[in-house]
Amino acid sequence: MLNGYGSTILDGAWLTISLALTSMALAIVLGLIGAAFRLSPIKWLALLGETYATVIRGIPDLVLILLIFYGGQDVVNRVAPLLGFEDYIDLDPFATGVFTMGFIFGAYLSETFRGAFMAIPKGQSEAGAAYGMSGMQVFFRVLVPQMIRFAIPGFTNNWLVLVKATALVSTVSLQDMMFKAKNAADATHQPFTFYLVVAALYLAITSVSLLLLRALEKRYSVGMKVAEL
Amino acid sequence: MIFDFSPIWENIHLYLGGILITLKLLAISLTFGLAAAIPLGLMRVSKQPLVNAIAWLYTYVIRGTPMLVQLFLIYYGLAQFAAVRESMLWPYLSNATFCACLAFAINTSAYSAEILAGSLKSIPHGEIEAAKAMGMSRAKLYRRILLPSALRRALPQYSNEVIMMLHTTSLASIVTLVDITGAAKTINSQFYLAFEAYITAGAIYLCLTFVLVRLFKLAERRWLAYLAPRKA
Repeated sequence: MLNGYGSTILDGAWLTISLALTSMALAIVLGLIGAAFRLSPIKWLALLGETYATVIRGIPDLVLILLIFYGGQDVVNRVAPLLGFEDYIDLDPFATGVFTMGFIFGAYLSETFRGAFMAIPKGQSEAGAAYGMSGMQVFFRVLVPQMIRFAIPGFTNNWLVLVKATALVSTVSLQDMMFKAKNAADATHQPFTFYLVVAALYLAITSVSLLLLRALEKRYSVGMKVAEL
Repeated sequence: MIFDFSPIWENIHLYLGGILITLKLLAISLTFGLAAAIPLGLMRVSKQPLVNAIAWLYTYVIRGTPMLVQLFLIYYGLAQFAAVRESMLWPYLSNATFCACLAFAINTSAYSAEILAGSLKSIPHGEIEAAKAMGMSRAKLYRRILLPSALRRALPQYSNEVIMMLHTTSLASIVTLVDITGAAKTINSQFYLAFEAYITAGAIYLCLTFVLVRLFKLAERRWLAYLAPRKA
C-alpha cells in the first residue's frame, strides 16, 4: 500500500499520538499549577502564573518549538563547559518535544482551568474549610472534581489544537507522521497523495477525540439540570 | 558573557523586513478569509440541510487538520498533477507567497465562519421579529440587521482568531518566506546564535500580539459599547 510507505506512516502516526498524549499529561500538571498560581492570594505567585500564561500564549508555537529545540540545545552546550562537562550534549528529541508541547499547552490549559475553578460557587470551598480540610485537601477533594465538568469544553479545544500542533515538530526532525509523509513524498514524487493521507489520519484522530470527549462531558454532567427551551 | 546579542542589532533590518512580510501575510489572509467566511457563516445557519452540510463539512475538515498539512498540500502537493503544472494558474501556485496566503485564507475562513455562525445564532429573536414587522425583505434583513449585529458580536472571539492567525503566519518561514521567523532562521544559520535569534523573534511576536489585543479592545469599546455592562 502507498508504494510500501503505508507502514512507516502508521509508525509516524503512533509517534504523533504518543507525543500528543505525553505532552497533554505534562500540560495538565503545568496547567493546574499555573491556574493555582493565578488564583493564589500571594501576589508574586499570581504574577508568575499570569506572566507564564501571557508570554507563552503571545508567541507562535513554531517559534517556541524552534527556540527550545535549537536555542535550548545551543544554551545547554554553552553553559555545560562552564560546569565542567566536556562532551557535546544532544537533547533527546522526543523528551524535548514533550517538554516543549507540554510547556506551551500548560499555559493554554491554565487559562481553561482558571475559568473552570472560578465557575465553582464560593460556598463549596468555604464548606470544605468549615469541615476542617486543609487548603490542599479543599483543592483536590472539593474543587478539582467539580472543576472538571466546567473545564471539559475548553480542554477538548486545547487537545485538538495540541494534536494539530504536533505536526510542527516534524520541522525539527522528530519523526512523526508528518515527517514520514515528507520523506515518502520526496522519494516517490507524490506529495499530494501522502499529505492527503496524513490529513485523513489527523482528521481521524481529531474525530475520535471529539466523540470520546463528548461522551466524557456527558458522563461528568450527570445529574445536572438542563433547562428545555 | 554567554549571550551575544550584537549580531541581532547589526541585522535588525532583517527583522524589520520580516515584520512587514508577517503583517502583509496577515492582512491579505484575513481580508480574503473574512470575505469567504461571511457566505460560509450564513450557510452554516441555513435551514436547508444540503447547504448547511456543505459548509459544515468544509469547516469540519479544515478545522480538523493541521495548518502545516494544508500548506504543504497546496504548496508541494498540487505540483504532483501535470494538469496543474500546465495550467494558467501555475505561475501563482508555484509562488510561495501566493500559496501561503491561499492556505492561510482557507484556514481562517473556516474558523471565522464558525464564529460568525455562532454569533448569528446568538442574536436576540426580538431584533429579527422587529425587522420583519417593519416589512423588511430577507435580503434587507440580512444586510441591515443580522450581519451588522453578528459581526459586532463576533468581535471578542474574532480577536482570538486574528491573534491565532498572526501566530500561524510563522509557518510561512517553512515554505522559504522571510517573515519574522524566517529572519530568525537566517540569523541562526549565519551566526549559530539559535537562542538569541529565536528569543528576539518571540519578543517581536509578543509585542505584535499586545498591539492587536489593544486594538481589538478599542474596537470593542467603539462597536460593542451597547453590550458593555453598565457602570455602577
